[in-house]
Amino acid sequence: MAPPATIVASQEAGGVVLRAEGDWLVGSAATLDRRLHALDLPSDQQVTLDLAAVGRLDTAGAWLLLRTEHALAARGNRVALANVRNSFAPLIAQVRSRGAGRPVPHPIPPHHTLKGFIARIGEIMIMVLRRTYSMVGFGGLVSIRVAEMLVRPSRLRLTATLVQMEKTGLDAMPIVGLLSFLIGVVVAYQGADQLRKFGAEIYAVNLLGVSILRELGVLLTAIIIAGRSGSAFTAQIGTMQVNQEIDALHTLGLDPVEVLVLPRIFGLVFTLPLLVFYADAMGMLGGALMTWATIGISIPTFLDQLRSGITEWTLWVGIIKAPFFAAVIAMVGCYEGFNVTGSAESVGRLTTQSVVEAIFVVIVADAVFSIMFSALGI
Amino acid sequence: MPSDAEDIVISVRGLVSRFGEQTVHDGIDLDVHRGEVLGVVGGSGSGKSVLLRTIVGLRRPQAGDINVLGYDVLHLDDSDAQALEQRWGVLFQDGALFSSLTVAQNIEVPLREHVPMPEPLMDEIAACKIAIVGLPEATADKFPSQLSGGMRKRAGLARALALDPEILFLDEPTAGLDPIGAAEFDQLIRDLKASLDLTVFLVTHDLDTLFAICDRVAVLVDSKIRIGTLDQLLADDHPWIHAYFHGPRGRAAHPGSDS
Repeated sequence: MAPPATIVASQEAGGVVLRAEGDWLVGSAATLDRRLHALDLPSDQQVTLDLAAVGRLDTAGAWLLLRTEHALAARGNRVALANVRNSFAPLIAQVRSRGAGRPVPHPIPPHHTLKGFIARIGEIMIMVLRRTYSMVGFGGLVSIRVAEMLVRPSRLRLTATLVQMEKTGLDAMPIVGLLSFLIGVVVAYQGADQLRKFGAEIYAVNLLGVSILRELGVLLTAIIIAGRSGSAFTAQIGTMQVNQEIDALHTLGLDPVEVLVLPRIFGLVFTLPLLVFYADAMGMLGGALMTWATIGISIPTFLDQLRSGITEWTLWVGIIKAPFFAAVIAMVGCYEGFNVTGSAESVGRLTTQSVVEAIFVVIVADAVFSIMFSALGI
Repeated sequence: MPSDAEDIVISVRGLVSRFGEQTVHDGIDLDVHRGEVLGVVGGSGSGKSVLLRTIVGLRRPQAGDINVLGYDVLHLDDSDAQALEQRWGVLFQDGALFSSLTVAQNIEVPLREHVPMPEPLMDEIAACKIAIVGLPEATADKFPSQLSGGMRKRAGLARALALDPEILFLDEPTAGLDPIGAAEFDQLIRDLKASLDLTVFLVTHDLDTLFAICDRVAVLVDSKIRIGTLDQLLADDHPWIHAYFHGPRGRAAHPGSDS
């Protein structure tokens, strides 16, 4: 084993001599660093850095030597390196000529100060406004493309649209069905449990019909699809952006909105109402089984009660909302995909953002619909 | 246990790599000596990068033995694997920098993991490496996505050099660089090799790089390997090797080679 790396100072005839000993390698850099900081550096003298006893040297070691040399020179010493072995010379020369890099000081993040914090709030506000502006712009662009396509329907890419319908609709059926079924079970059970106290447990059926058909079916499905397909849209388009595939489309004379966005929007606008209808059916099935199991309402009684409790509009109110939600989810997903810049990290961040935004917008839109329907008296 | 064979730092014996039906390497033997620059060339799909990935243990071959610095790469236990990984540095094609970290933080990843040291010293060493690979100081706080391709490669090189490795693996270091940048990169590798006493295993397409810095060249052809100095390979009459070195680009890179 080589002796441990260290540096020893001694006063000699020709001035101060600092003797470096041992292996000056990255592994011992921490020890050396402490030792060097503890060293009492002389001022205005002749100082010799003696490397005779150095076993091995690497970049970190060379850097520490040269750092010491700089520190000594800064205190007015005349510094000389002595006994530099031939094999070390190129490394020291390399670090001396290129490696005198100063570490960049890490600035305190501005939002850690009060002023910075307030400024950050302002920045976020402006960013939100900018994003809204650009999102509305994207919405406008898509609307124009949709209008153009309605004039010339042949421009809709049928295969791509059908593929999207399969991916967003057919493939989502198991999860949407299962969750709706379970929600039906839960609503029926909780409703029956509470209404039993009034002896009105039969109205659990009305509760189930109205809540599932009007709100829960469509909202639940839209949220699942936002998480499942909205995120996929962002990730797909974002990855294409990273790979410059979007640029390639542009240069090939293809319009990315027409090629990528319209099939996704149309695919989802066609599928979401169907999915919602399916979710409604599964929810009712779950509710029917649950009311039958807990309060003994037979299926024919259930259907009779349901027919008296709801109108066909109850169903339509839910389903009418679906295409609007679908358009919102698809647009937000695609829009965030186009916002991806450069890195893989950006894809991840915007995918999260797209899901959160899509769900947010869906719920806001649902509230708007509620106000509208109540104004219309439906 | 490591048993350092004197002069040979990488030794490959009877390497067979297959992808499904396709055999990429069919019994390759290869020795890399300490302190040399070995260039690996071959047509697209001839398994140059696969060879590199196999040697550094990212891919298990179908057969063969690989020995690096006295360690049997294919049968490493965890502590040996860690010890070995600190003694080599790998530069991937596009730098493979961690995109969520700044350049300085990228360089500090291996330091932080393997050699505990105070934060300021780590920053100093990172800054030193950044300067050594010829990047401006301000690069330290930039993220990889803010750098050009050439700068990313240099930053990747700085990370590969973080622990002062003995062997440097480079996967197409000059691909995608402009000729000036590529020549500078060649010069950088040559300087670093001289000053840090590196052994370099270099996969490349770039004939200029071969002529500029390689001591020996390994050609992957017909799933086999041929190794020799450039002069030996220039005299080789295998059709692919002849076409490679004596084609228009080969002649341009090495004027007089056809005489």
